[in-house]
Amino acid sequence: MTALVVEAVGPLALVEDLGRPGHASIGVTGSGAADRRALRLANRLLGNPEGAPALEVLLGGLAVRAEGTVRVCVTGAPAPLQVDDRAAPLDAPFDLPDGRRLRMGMPRTGLRTYLAVRGGLAVPLVLGSASTDPTMGVGPAPLAPGRRLAVRASDRGGAAPVDVDVAAPTAPPVTDVVVRVVVGPRDDWLAPAAVPTLLSRPWTVSADTDRVGVRLTGPRLDRLAVSGRSDSAPPELPSEAVVRGAVQVPHSGQPLVFLADHPTTGGYPVIAVVVDDDTDVLAQLRPGERVRFRRVPRGW
Amino acid sequence: MKLLPCGDRALLAEVADARERRRLDATLRRHPLPGSVELVPGALTVLVVAAAPQDLPGLATALRELVLDPDEAPDESDDLVVEVRYDGPDLQDVATSVDISPDEVVERHTSQVWTVEFAGFAPGFGYLTGSEGGLEVPRRDSPRTRIPAGSVGLAGPYSGIYPRPSPGGWQLIGRSDARLWDADRDPPALLTPGRRVHFVEVGR
Repeated sequence: MTALVVEAVGPLALVEDLGRPGHASIGVTGSGAADRRALRLANRLLGNPEGAPALEVLLGGLAVRAEGTVRVCVTGAPAPLQVDDRAAPLDAPFDLPDGRRLRMGMPRTGLRTYLAVRGGLAVPLVLGSASTDPTMGVGPAPLAPGRRLAVRASDRGGAAPVDVDVAAPTAPPVTDVVVRVVVGPRDDWLAPAAVPTLLSRPWTVSADTDRVGVRLTGPRLDRLAVSGRSDSAPPELPSEAVVRGAVQVPHSGQPLVFLADHPTTGGYPVIAVVVDDDTDVLAQLRPGERVRFRRVPRGW
Repeated sequence: MKLLPCGDRALLAEVADARERRRLDATLRRHPLPGSVELVPGALTVLVVAAAPQDLPGLATALRELVLDPDEAPDESDDLVVEVRYDGPDLQDVATSVDISPDEVVERHTSQVWTVEFAGFAPGFGYLTGSEGGLEVPRRDSPRTRIPAGSVGLAGPYSGIYPRPSPGGWQLIGRSDARLWDADRDPPALLTPGRRVHFVEVGR
């Protein structure tokens, strides 16, 4: 059976698909690729179902060797690719012949690069998904050198390979990204100035960003003052479900936008929720890059 | 019922108390709304997740018109018995904070019927409330960095059991061998929302 053998990993490399929705009521988050657009594109270019399991590589550093010829496609954060000592293309399928080594360098922009294989990776499913949630230890372990990743036979499901040489580029925007938000559900737990501040000011991605969420720095978003009780502890919000894209405001007043591995419930007020599709953009922002929020109506 | 926006894929339905929230959750599970793919209960809310953004208006209308099923007598056949060794490191602190003896803490914990209200924190972690008001205690001032799996804790109005080793700030009163989480079991979590739990003492 064809396979990829992991020879080196950078900061973090995980198997991801489109996640395991439907289990939040028992505390299991959706997980899945942090940038689903990039995963879907790589799979489409290989003629796979869009959610076939692939590798999500944080900040490059990956080296894999093919056992048998493996057709691969790399999308997402644009990382330099080499097959032995020759450059290989991004956003385009190519064959990695038996015994050849594919190396992925540090991406020029963005955080996460996706390496998909024709047929998809053959990985045991947990609750219907091959995705790894490294924070909660659900799904396959993060990649380590020596790991052998079997490749599924390509005749199982999916359309014929797409007949293109190069796809529309998926390079993530560098900075000053605008993402759409629906205000609420708990904007009324914050001071009246909080929503205008959130929507009018640029926010900087902090160093503390991972698959759970992107922590942002900027002006402080204050809680609503409780009249006559300024010296007492503020009331706490009863725990409620949180979603991918929820912009939570903890006591620090510095917002945190939840991503793929978000907790399923939380007790801090959520001032707004990023439109689901736009969370993929946030997952590619590097520390120091800036984001702005644009309000859209709630749609009901 | 109050409907709150929650992005382009969900609505948050808020009600007045935990009992009404249980009825809302039970009603929606028995009669799934068209276009809804997931329900996530919280303390006073149920998150209704839509299949697609265009399903939200229909879901909002259906929720506004929803008639809750009447309260049902609980199905006791599905009650879970959890054996606990009450030797937790915070048992004495809990007793002091509630101003009773450690024996009475155990008595209060084992004499109530506990109900899983909602999940969170980790796969298989349920927040349970007691039929007699539980044992209301604060969280620890400084959380522990590692709590062993099976630890039985208290925080605020809730009791819970840590499904896997993790950091945590709950007051620990005992431990259990129950397998709270098993990804190969269906369902993988023992403590699913609505399930009733009886704690039984098996030593100190």
